[in-house]
Amino acid sequence: MDFTLKVWRQKNARSKGHFETYQVKNISPDSSFLEMMDILNEQLIHEGMDPVAVDRGCQSSGPVSFDHDCREGICGACSLYINGRAHGPDDEVTTCQLHMRKFHDGETITVEPWRSKGFPVIKDLVVDRKAFDKILQAGGFISVGTGGVPDGNTVLISHETAEESMDGAACIGCGACVATCKNGSAMLFVAARVSSLALLPQGRVEAAKRAKAMVAKMDELGFGSCTNTRACEMECPKHVTVSHIARLNREFLCAKFKD
Amino acid sequence: MAEKLISKIPEGPLSEKWTKHKSQLRVVNPGNKRKLEIIVIGTGLGGASAAASLGELGYNVKVFCISDSPRRAHSIAAQGGINSAKNYQNDNDSVYRLFYETIKGGDYRSREANVYRLAEVSGNIIDQCVAQGVPFAREYGGMLANRSFGGAQVSRTFYARGQTGQQLLLGAYAALNRQIAEGTVKSYPRHEMLDIVLINGEAKGIIARNLVTGEIERFGAHAVVLASGGYGNTYFLSTNAMNSNGSAAWQCYKKGAYFANPCFAQIHPTCIPVHGDQQSKLTLMSESLRNDGRIWVPKKKEDVMKLRNGEIGPNDIKEEDKDYYLERRYPAFGNLVPRDVASRAAKERCDAGFGVNKTGLAVFLDFRTAIERLGVDKIRERYGNLFQMYQKITDTDPYKEPMMIYPAIHYTMGGLWVDYNLQTTIPGLYAIGEANFSDHGGNRLGASALMQGLADGYFILPYTIGDYLATQFKNPKTDTNAPEFEEAEKAVKAKIDRLMSIKGHHTVDELHKKLGHIMWEYVGMARNEEGLKKAIVMIQELRKEFWSDVYVAGDKENFNQELEKAFRLADFLEIGELMARDALHRKESCGGHFREEMQTEDGETRRDDEHFMYVAAWEYKGADKEPELHKEPLVYENIKIATRNYKD
Repeated sequence: MDFTLKVWRQKNARSKGHFETYQVKNISPDSSFLEMMDILNEQLIHEGMDPVAVDRGCQSSGPVSFDHDCREGICGACSLYINGRAHGPDDEVTTCQLHMRKFHDGETITVEPWRSKGFPVIKDLVVDRKAFDKILQAGGFISVGTGGVPDGNTVLISHETAEESMDGAACIGCGACVATCKNGSAMLFVAARVSSLALLPQGRVEAAKRAKAMVAKMDELGFGSCTNTRACEMECPKHVTVSHIARLNREFLCAKFKD
Repeated sequence: MAEKLISKIPEGPLSEKWTKHKSQLRVVNPGNKRKLEIIVIGTGLGGASAAASLGELGYNVKVFCISDSPRRAHSIAAQGGINSAKNYQNDNDSVYRLFYETIKGGDYRSREANVYRLAEVSGNIIDQCVAQGVPFAREYGGMLANRSFGGAQVSRTFYARGQTGQQLLLGAYAALNRQIAEGTVKSYPRHEMLDIVLINGEAKGIIARNLVTGEIERFGAHAVVLASGGYGNTYFLSTNAMNSNGSAAWQCYKKGAYFANPCFAQIHPTCIPVHGDQQSKLTLMSESLRNDGRIWVPKKKEDVMKLRNGEIGPNDIKEEDKDYYLERRYPAFGNLVPRDVASRAAKERCDAGFGVNKTGLAVFLDFRTAIERLGVDKIRERYGNLFQMYQKITDTDPYKEPMMIYPAIHYTMGGLWVDYNLQTTIPGLYAIGEANFSDHGGNRLGASALMQGLADGYFILPYTIGDYLATQFKNPKTDTNAPEFEEAEKAVKAKIDRLMSIKGHHTVDELHKKLGHIMWEYVGMARNEEGLKKAIVMIQELRKEFWSDVYVAGDKENFNQELEKAFRLADFLEIGELMARDALHRKESCGGHFREEMQTEDGETRRDDEHFMYVAAWEYKGADKEPELHKEPLVYENIKIATRNYKD
């Protein structure tokens, strides 16, 4: 398969970005999107893009930088906005699991980084998602230390509760929800964690405090508000649903009433 | 120099060793802990749990990872589960049984005392994770659920769907986040350790590259913990994450830490087959699938040909024409034989011409019997995310057609040599998790990597490192202006300049793929003397080619993934040679190390206990010099050495 790629190039957070157009040929339909990007990069290196690009006044020369790691849809590192959709045209996959068979031969594909105030661009398609770590540091944990805990079967948890908690815990922290949201809200990310822990007896104790602290941190870091468009749910590669947002709101309101 | 290999295994009966040892370890009082600094490299299960636990104890911890967040470490991708000798199923499991099966699974090449301790603390891990809010699978009555894994005759694997590694890592990452918030741990994401700094022969800091700005930075501490994972990506194609690498451990080796059993690499039997030349990595299908999936190839060659030509599908083959070769060869364990056994059996069938896809390098993993017995819903509940993953990658529906699978490089049992305290041969330098060598011998059992990472990080290292740090609290903070730091930084910068200035004709990936081909061909599933000798020469030549003709794009002062890859490949090109060397010297077959010259009549591994019942620990002797081999004899006081038998 052959494709025309319009790829966002940006040297660093301070510089202005722009699109560059490339052609890639003989791509196997069984290749993943990132394998196609690998091929593009090999091509760019071989074409000696550096001097040419610099001559043309291009600020960001060389191969295209993009975050990736496990390439099996679980680490949450890959983060491309493809043809206007987070993680591209397939549903419930990350970019690394998106395969070229989902595109038409000869198609023009636009590739951009996550665009959100909370995620500044580091280079090309790589963004800084440190804000997610900071939100979790604000309270996304159960305050137990190592050791001195009771036997795992001391507290029974129903099958359904464990499964529901797992639905939220499946979040991979990729940021597709933020990138998709017109408000740049991190509600689905925050809710997934708050809800997953609040469902479990171990996490109930700090549920209200956790909800307040994480929401406050999210606001502080410049993420927008939730207006229930449910776009996040549509694009979440792990099918985390807005029912977790409902549970977050419940925890948050209960906590506020108590104040 | 052999005196460096002192294993420090405590005296006394096996079941009392750890208890006794703990009582004799020195401890640091809380006030002094605050004066001590520890560097932790890596944030997978080992690194994250260690950093969090050390922070809780009051030490000042600096934790480094190469990804943008600690949560992305490759432990996240472990699917099937974690072993623990809880005996919740009342199937007569015990610490001893887990210990015994791990030693046997490792083909009698791991340390008795270490493995026993691992089994001993395995129960605490589950309790710890439950307390952290890990949503393990539960029975309808609310009790924790279990499933079976290869090499075990009981059901002791705890799991969270097919995402157990993710959930355990998120637990450890949460504990880490709590410490970061409290200020005991400082996190350095997107930082790569490029060298270890020794002062008076002891580990006192690192040189790291800030991967965003390209700056070279110095960090000092009283001790360094390496939790940087394995070196499976030496093969280019593996189930490891793209950025997983052996460089941190390799720098330690080059500064004097011995590297043990490098040739023990695990080849996992159930991975999605290679689709073609454009492939960048391989995807694992969890071993848990072998609980319900049955592995087969056709009995008749004509069916094989028809399958390859697309004339028939797998469901068109009659039941009596299917060869369930694992059930046939290993009736006692069937589809749940250990990984090395299952991988070799698949290779044997494919080599004999029964491979089922176009390349002839695939076998079927079939769920039809299980779906008939349990229904689609039950199978979906157990393996839903794995089936979805398979479907997305291959575009076929595993609920309707059997999966196609083939073995791939997955894990490395070898690693830095450590004593019972998990300390390397460099004082003050510790290695935990996959980065060390100690617990899995020649083959790791499924669901034991997670167990080891967390055992080391939560329950072992925080105790043993105190014994060293008790000698350190009087020492002031490490001065990063010391000449040793100066020198190490200069060397790192010179290496970067050298890499950037070559401007040759090959990309980093092209050379890495070449290395991968050599490794898979000659240091892969079957090895022999001639091939290994050839591999050593080929790797040396490739290394020369790399240093004279690689092209590293971009510049050193910025975010530059090509430079990162070049650094790692430079080390893989040395690691690969040591792996081949170790494989060449070990003239026996054991676990994942299969020497064709050493096999039984029916193609099973033939160990040579008389000559090779030892840990091979290699000492670096300088560039282009042969490393020196040291041997730590393996003593089995509690287990009767036997030929591994999974047949009856």
